[in-house]
Amino acid sequence: MVFGTELSMIWAILIAVAVFLYVALDGFDLGVGILFPFAKDARERDHMQAAIAPVWDGNETWLVLGGGGLFAAFPKAYAALMPALYAPIILMLLALVFRGVAFEFRHHGRGRGKQWWTIAFAGGSIVATIAQGLVLGGFIQGVTLVDGQFAGGPLDWLTPFSLLVAASLVAGYALLGGCWLVFKTEGELFERARGWVKRLALITALAMFAVSLATLSVDPRVTARWGLTMTSVDWPTFIKLAPLPLIAAAICYMLWRGADQRRHLAPYLFAVGLFLIGYIGLAVSLFPYIVPFAMTPADAAAADNALSLMLWGAVPMLPIILGYTAYVYWVFRAKVDDDAAYH
Amino acid sequence: MEWDALLLSRLQFAFTIGFHIIFPAFTIGLASFLAVCEGLWLFTKKPLFKNLYLFWVKIFALSFGMGVVSGVVMSYQFGTNWSLFSSITGSVIGPLLAYEVLTAFFLEASFLGIMLFGWKRVGPGLHFFSTCMVAVGTLMSAFWILAANSWMQTPQGWEWAEDGTMVATSFVEVIFNPSMPARFGHMVLAAYLTTAMVIAGASAFSLLKQKALPESRMALRMAVLMMAIVTPLQIVVGHESGVVAHEHQPAKVAAMEGWWTTQPRQPTHLFAWPDEENETNHFEISVPGMGSWFIAGDADAEVQGLDQFAAEDRPPVWITFWAFRIMVGMGLIMLALGVWGAGAWALKRLDTARWYHRALVLAAPSGFVAVLTGWITAEVGRQPYVVYGVLRTADAVSPVSTASVATSLMFFIIVYAIVFSAGALYILRLMAKGPDSHEAPPQDTNEPPGTPMGAGVQEA
Repeated sequence: MVFGTELSMIWAILIAVAVFLYVALDGFDLGVGILFPFAKDARERDHMQAAIAPVWDGNETWLVLGGGGLFAAFPKAYAALMPALYAPIILMLLALVFRGVAFEFRHHGRGRGKQWWTIAFAGGSIVATIAQGLVLGGFIQGVTLVDGQFAGGPLDWLTPFSLLVAASLVAGYALLGGCWLVFKTEGELFERARGWVKRLALITALAMFAVSLATLSVDPRVTARWGLTMTSVDWPTFIKLAPLPLIAAAICYMLWRGADQRRHLAPYLFAVGLFLIGYIGLAVSLFPYIVPFAMTPADAAAADNALSLMLWGAVPMLPIILGYTAYVYWVFRAKVDDDAAYH
Repeated sequence: MEWDALLLSRLQFAFTIGFHIIFPAFTIGLASFLAVCEGLWLFTKKPLFKNLYLFWVKIFALSFGMGVVSGVVMSYQFGTNWSLFSSITGSVIGPLLAYEVLTAFFLEASFLGIMLFGWKRVGPGLHFFSTCMVAVGTLMSAFWILAANSWMQTPQGWEWAEDGTMVATSFVEVIFNPSMPARFGHMVLAAYLTTAMVIAGASAFSLLKQKALPESRMALRMAVLMMAIVTPLQIVVGHESGVVAHEHQPAKVAAMEGWWTTQPRQPTHLFAWPDEENETNHFEISVPGMGSWFIAGDADAEVQGLDQFAAEDRPPVWITFWAFRIMVGMGLIMLALGVWGAGAWALKRLDTARWYHRALVLAAPSGFVAVLTGWITAEVGRQPYVVYGVLRTADAVSPVSTASVATSLMFFIIVYAIVFSAGALYILRLMAKGPDSHEAPPQDTNEPPGTPMGAGVQEA
């Protein structure tokens, strides 16, 4: 217990924050990859990549903290989830390999080689996003466990629900990527990115709506959490949570308007806000499970001395990490120069 | 041997970690080399150090990128393929890996951005600081991962919990386990040597081609200095690591040395063909007593052989024996090249010794070979355990289907083959070109000359 809270709950929150930071940060650089095929020409793609090149590695490190942190803080949850989501996890890793090396390789490839790494970057970004959506969908559905170990089939994660989540995540990351390009570019690409953002804001809103409805039907416990049953509505419960979708709708509108009014940073911040609302909604639906409907943080946690040792490291290190991450973003705050890159 | 999820998972782990270790082994040393070059440039203002920095940072960017992406794979594979290992040992080594992420990965990844792209965005002091942070990050990462791996070799400071998992009784004992100091030292020196061999090879190649002479001469001297000093040191540290291994993992050392019987005057086999079925060696060429002398300091000492261990508790002998011999062979080659180079330098013939240069080009990959075979010795020698003496590898594997692992292994091989071929091609192409003696001073552009994008500027 620290300040009256279970260590396991503190770590659950810390890992949830790490995963959210991953989504907000790597989401935009994966999104830029998803938008690669829509760029006008190689030069525009170079600018798109230059807008994320200095920061993608740091962004992806949050994924390592998410995975490594889950291993360290909740070994039983990690051991239950990873085998259950084997195929999409491996698919994500392989796709991340392709797109990760493509940052450097695109600039060393000649002719065909460069073309190939351009496709690898876009394809890797899209496949990695789809795979993350499948992981998320499979996670929300819950996994088959016997004595805390995975006991289901290799394709349990593959359902219409997980496919819907995957498609929605592609739209969502593309939205983040588009917003980042609005922030980082100027001229023709800026205008094009604004157009992408306006369209993607609408698509993402529809996708979030669909995923939210579908999530309600995943498990009766989720439906009950929102005060809904097939035949009735528990108004006092529902009213408390109803602001979430309303706020999401409002943010979506402001995001669209931000792009319409040629704001630079606002669309990205609104997009992050939109993800945050979705994330909170999901947390509300699944609380208190760390493996949905099977394990709570306390069930899955590592020994207390391990959790407290890590907390001693995380408490000073996370602010330092956030500090120098912010500094790096500050160093690269300028727009990607439209002319400078290739002369 | 059955092709089940266990064997395939072992192959997949061996393949993915073997691929991964190539890059850290190179970038740990290269990051330090770059920090030294940049520091010397700031201090002496000699452009050749800047040219060296700008040349090697391109190769660093390529290698580091491959190391990052193959490293992300590792952080998930404990769960996907070794979920029982994860749930049983998580409370003990999980925190070590968490500390690696918190103290090393973010540091490297964030300052790498400034190192590669911040040439014109920050002052020279801050840029140098960033390079140093990346170098420090690589070393911290090595510390934590070696601590975790060494604990798996020589576990201490833990006990069984009621639920069948392991918990730490003392994290100081877990981190500073018996084999950690020697193995961490061995790995860091190996990384420095690996880098030195590559730099020596590339510089010698440039000298043979009469290109970038001032830069190549300087880099060659730095590499020869490293070789001449570090190789003997490495042999001492490696020997120490072997003595620790004998104390805690006698079966591993017996397999490394091909000792089947416990006896006084254990030999050192210069050559042998271990036959696991008949528990003997063929075609032995040996120095009697040398093994006992290495391990116990006394040629007449009795030293344990594999006969002290039940067959199911022994590591695979042939692989361990030969991996160890190849690693030692590489070490001896490096030692010889270090001595040869120091001699040529003393006779002021270092820049003209063409046979020496040719030998260095040939020996450029020797560090990689030594690192890979060294890790094979360490990890295969630990079998049949994943945590030595405590948890068998067979009891650590995930409940996943054989088909799943077969498929993922196939895709790993395909993807890594593509990525490795392309990366090696681009790196070798850069090396063939050599450092640019007339590298333009950094332009006020978005892309600094130190980056591959900057290279594109020059080529265009």
